[in-house]
Formats: sequence, structure tokens, C-alpha cells
Amino acid sequence: MKLIYRTTLLALASAAIVAQIQPAGAAELTVMATGGEWQSALRKAWFDPFAKKAGIQFNEQEYTGELGKIKAMVETGNVPIDLVTVETSTVLQGCDAGVLIRLDYSRIADRSRFLPGTALDCGVGIDVYGDVLAYDTTVLKEAPTSVLDIFDTKKFPGKRAMRKAPAQNLEWALMADGVPIADVYKVLGTPDGVDRAFKKLDTIKKDIVWWEAGAQPPQLLASKEVVMTTAWNGRIQNAIDKDKRPFAIVWNNQIVEYDMIAIPKGAKNLDLAYKYLAYAAEPEVSAQLGQHIPYGPVMSDATPFVPKDVLPKLPTAPDHMKAYLVGDVEFWGDHGEDLVKRFNAWLAQ
Amino acid sequence: MSSIAISGFKTRTIATDRSDSLRPLALAAPLLLLLAFSFGAPIVALLSRAVYEPTIANALPRTVAALRVDSARGVPGEPVFGAFAADLKEAQAAGAIYEFAKTLNTRLPGARSQVLRVARLAGQDRGVTKEAIIKAAPLLGEDQSWSAIRTGTNRFTSFFLLSAFDLRWTDQGTIGAVPAHQAVFTRVFGRTFLIATLVTLATLALAFPLAYVMTNVRPVIAGIVLVLVLLPFWTSILVRTAAWTVILQKYGLLNDLLLWLGVTSERLELMYSRTGLIIAMTHIQLPFTLLPIYSVMRAVQTSQLRAAQSLGARPFTVFRRVYLPQVMPGVLAGCLLTFILCLGYYITPVLIGGASDQLISNFIANYVNVELNWEMAAALSFVLLVSTLGLYVTMTRYLGLDLFKMG
Repeated sequence: MKLIYRTTLLALASAAIVAQIQPAGAAELTVMATGGEWQSALRKAWFDPFAKKAGIQFNEQEYTGELGKIKAMVETGNVPIDLVTVETSTVLQGCDAGVLIRLDYSRIADRSRFLPGTALDCGVGIDVYGDVLAYDTTVLKEAPTSVLDIFDTKKFPGKRAMRKAPAQNLEWALMADGVPIADVYKVLGTPDGVDRAFKKLDTIKKDIVWWEAGAQPPQLLASKEVVMTTAWNGRIQNAIDKDKRPFAIVWNNQIVEYDMIAIPKGAKNLDLAYKYLAYAAEPEVSAQLGQHIPYGPVMSDATPFVPKDVLPKLPTAPDHMKAYLVGDVEFWGDHGEDLVKRFNAWLAQ
Repeated sequence: MSSIAISGFKTRTIATDRSDSLRPLALAAPLLLLLAFSFGAPIVALLSRAVYEPTIANALPRTVAALRVDSARGVPGEPVFGAFAADLKEAQAAGAIYEFAKTLNTRLPGARSQVLRVARLAGQDRGVTKEAIIKAAPLLGEDQSWSAIRTGTNRFTSFFLLSAFDLRWTDQGTIGAVPAHQAVFTRVFGRTFLIATLVTLATLALAFPLAYVMTNVRPVIAGIVLVLVLLPFWTSILVRTAAWTVILQKYGLLNDLLLWLGVTSERLELMYSRTGLIIAMTHIQLPFTLLPIYSVMRAVQTSQLRAAQSLGARPFTVFRRVYLPQVMPGVLAGCLLTFILCLGYYITPVLIGGASDQLISNFIANYVNVELNWEMAAALSFVLLVSTLGLYVTMTRYLGLDLFKMG
């Protein structure tokens, strides 16, 4: 045991030394993203073209999207990454905790060119995705018509999967309970509204399988573990297009959200990181992601550059925008921690 | 063997005895130093976060002073609000406002955006009144908010440790329970200990007979069984957990087999359930319970058992009076090892357990990684560490068991 321990230490130490003395070659930029199909789409659409254009080496790392890892880097003063992809609520949290730097938009692009809510102080939007409902057309005889059908266990019996988090689920619960879309966050901001949302979730609690990673919903559908699941639209679309799965997406009452990219405090290649952000904000470049994974561009002037066959698959397609809610970042900044704790207490009951 | 060694020691002088015990210590010094630096110090530093939280006090020096003068309970008077606005203005200039807002939000849900609004107001350099502040931040007009701020200005806090037991300071200055819908940790600790107990009993039920069989078959066969038990032990815990996913899922191997055999008529929900979790954890923990029992059983002299029988004891009496007392240390060591390891399970509950099967480690991880509330994570870790150590000390003291001697 001790021998193994010592050998491991030795190996680690020598690896560290080798890493130190490696000669500095071309300029490098390191990005940490949340992996999966999405990260490979980012690579094809943006990372590789930028690396070629700028003549640099683009390194990639993966993580689970949790800020704890970046906070640990910043606190120990050893930040090996220059860019990190994050969720919108995480941007706010990272901003507050001083983990992400406040961006200088004069080095990126004019803030007015971004869709509203996608140019935040500490994070720039990279794509628009939808929280939608997905099902297997060979399993469900009758097609659901709204995300809120997930609450209808009479018409659609069987297990259903939802993301293991209060965000989105509480909003949908209120919508299913009759709250108009425009009032969802107002109601959810009151103790009674929170009670109401949890009471609605109670009605389907025993039928819910919880997912945590974006890759899980298509797997849960494919293994027939559930009859329907909430999901990020791109993961389902790719399962339909690439794996030829008999899945379908329900857009009605989708929740529209943005993926973000940010610069951690203490990033070593700040200039290059800004150059990349400016590059990705060019309208034509911004439109590139859609053909690899059907997420929309955040630049308001990018739509003309999105390929015609991709447009109808985006969350922002006119057909999909008949009834939708935009996730409220400020609300989750205020109530996130409290509602997560209550959600966990509710799960444990 | 050991008694000879001990009597040998006793014949020597005390001086040599001391240098003898110091020499190995000196040899081990580098390792001990390494442990202290890489293990001890970070643990102490992290755990201290459970009781030391200076963010609020650092951000509000003037408010703290003004509150000392304003002795009224509940919402304080105009001077405190003036000091509060001045503090927020300075915090904003220093860039500390967001961290303060987030920290206060933990104690006072919803305070984050309201505090930021007050800071923006204070930054405009007009005289800010109590009325204007309460208008911007309605929370600050409530008694309970100010008791949260008052307790928050204390750098040393019991907030997180109390929260770990679902307790809090009430507005009356007594300790009371948190609202039922926020009470989560006592239930999770209870669940963690329950699952650890069930898994320990399950491994014992499997390991005891298996160890007995292994001591009574030919060495070659015992060797093969040992390898079969140890083989999965050498694979990563993540791989073993993933393998159980394949076996347990609804359209997985086990359900296929049970249906084919006609044992069940419909597919069982083994994934995302406590049954599945206990099956997987039992498999992973089996070697930890088995090996100590096996090593003790091998040392039992069969001649003693025969002697007892020849003196007229019935088989059960032989087992209870002669065999069991001799193997008991191994049984306890194995069970204790498994129980303590079960308390810290993380990845298996995530992948196989359902939402109501998450153990305390999952909550600690959530506070570290997602909430960035390291104080709460430290408090929960502290409670887990102390209860584990307490258990270990109790077992070693009262049952005369020493894990280090088991090796």
C-alpha cells in the first residue's frame, strides 16, 4: 500500500516537473466546457476555426458545470483555464463570488447587438436553447401537445423524467396550475406561490425519475425507462438526426435559456480570451453552431447566416415561440439557494 | 509471539526503551509531516469555515458600531440605516458588495437583489433615509431580517452547525427548529446511518458463511475464491457502479433473467431505488467485511473445536462458546470498516440511488460545487467526521477492538 502511494507520488512529482520544463511553443488558449455533444459542436463551429485563424493551440477541458472547481482554482491562485462555459445562473453566482471577471465589452462587441439578457457583466451568451418535453413516438400512442402534459398522469401514465433541480420545474408546475406565463416569477416570489408549485409537483412525484446530466434524457427514453422527459432541445434533436431515434420534441410552453462563456479571475491569456470572444460575436461566426447542434445564435444580426434547414429546429423558430417563458436569472440569484434546499427537503420526504 | 516480544521489551532499561520508540518515529517523520501538511492542515482550514464567517462583519463595520448603540430588538432606528447605506457604498466601491449580498442571502433568502438595490441607491450620493432604504429593500423593514443581520455580524457563528441539525436561533434568542419545509439534514444523516447499517448487515450475512467455507476447503479452491472476491475489488468503484446500472436497469440483465425464470411477472424498478443501491453497495463493500473475518477464522485452531466436542458440547455450543468469541474481533473489524466506508458513499447513490436515497456526501458535494456555500459544507463534514470518530472510539474502547492490530 505504502509502496503504491510512494510510486504514485513520485509519478505525480515527475509529471509536474516535466510539465514545468516543457518549452513554450505556440500561444495557447484553454477552455473548460461541459462536454458531450455540445462541446464537440463548439469545437467544430468555433474552437478549431479560431485556432486556425489565430495560429494558436486551443486546449480543451471538461467539467460538470459546477462553479466549485473554478472557485478552488481562483482561491489557490492557480488558474490553468482562460475561458469557461457556464449556465446563466452560474454567471451571476460566479460574479458575486468574485470568481469570474467583469467583462470589458469594448473588447468584445457592442452590447446592443446581443439578444436581451445575453450580455451579462461577467458572461457572454453563446447560444439559445430550449427546455422542452421529449418522448418516444413508438411508445406514446397519443402525442403530448405541451410541456405541461408531463403533469397529466391520467392521459400519459408511466414514469417521466425531470431535471433534478427546482429551476424550470417550479415554473412549469405553476403554469400547469393555471398561472399565466407573464406572472410565473411574480407568483413564485411569494411563499404561497412556492407552496403552490411544490403541491403541483407532489401530484406526479412518485412517477418522476430525476436526471442530472444533459446526456441522460435521450438515454432514459432509449432504454424505455421513462415515457417522456424534459430535456435540452439539442440533445434530443441530435438523437433524432444522428442516432435515428424515433423521438419527438414538444415546444409549447418551453423555457428559453442561454448558455454563457466567461473568463475566470486570474486567467493567464486574457488578451487571447478577449480576441476569441470578439471572434465568436461576429454575426457569421455566431451562426455556425446551429448546424452542429440546433441551438440558436445570441447575436441579433446572426439569423440571416443560419442555414435554412437548421432554422426550423431552433428554439427561436417562430413556430416554437407561440407560448414560452424566458428563465429569470435575477430571480434564481435571489431564491436559488433557498429553493434548492427546499427542493432537496421535498425530495427527501 | 507478541507476548514474548513484550516481555523482551520489559527487561531493557527505560532509556533504551524511549530511544527505541523515538527512532521509528524519526524515520516516520517525513511521512507524518507530509500528512500534517497535505491532510491535517487543509482539513482543519476547511472545517474552521463552519464556525468562522467574517464576510458580513467585514462589510458592515459602521453598522456593527451603530447596532451596538441601538439596543432595540427588531428594526433599528435611523442611524443604523445611515451606517448601513455608508457601508454598502464602500463595499460597492471595494468590489465586496456581491460577496456580501450572497452571504447574507444564505441567511436571509431574497436579500441578494434588495441589498444590491440599496447599494446602488447609496452610491448616488444623496442623503438616504430609512424610509427610502425600506422602500428599496422591503426585507429590511422586517424584524427577522435584522436579527439575521445581527447574528451575521458575529464573525464566529453557530449558524452553519445549527443548520446541520436543522436548528436555528429564533428571534427570541433561543434555539428552535427550522420550518418543516427546510428541515433536511437530520433526515439525511438518519438515512446515511440506516443505509450504512443495512449494507453492513448484508455484507456480514454474505461474508461470514463465505469466510467459513474458504477456511474449510482445500487451499487451491480457497485461493480461487479469494481471487474471485478480490478481482472486482481491484476495479474502479465507478466501473463497478456502472456495471450495476447495466444489470439493474428496467430492461437490464437481472429483470430479463427474472422474467425468463418466471420469478416475477413484471419488470422491477431496481434502478433509482434503495433496493438497487443496497445491492450495489453490498457488492462493493463485501471484500472489506470478508477479509478481516477470513484472516481471523484461518487462525482458529480446529483442535480446540474438536476438544470442545469431545468434552460433550453440542455443535451450537461449540460455535457459540469456542468459535464465535475467537472470530468476533474479525467480525467487528470488518463490520466497522464497511460501516465507516458506507457513511462516505458518494458516486453509487448518485448513479443508482433515487432522489430519496442521496447520502450526506451528496449534500456536502452540492454545497461545495454548486452552491459555493463552503461554510455549510464544512459544517456537515464536521458533523460526519465527529460522528464517525465517535463511533470508532466507542467501538475500540468498549469492544476492545483495534483496527491497527488487525492488519
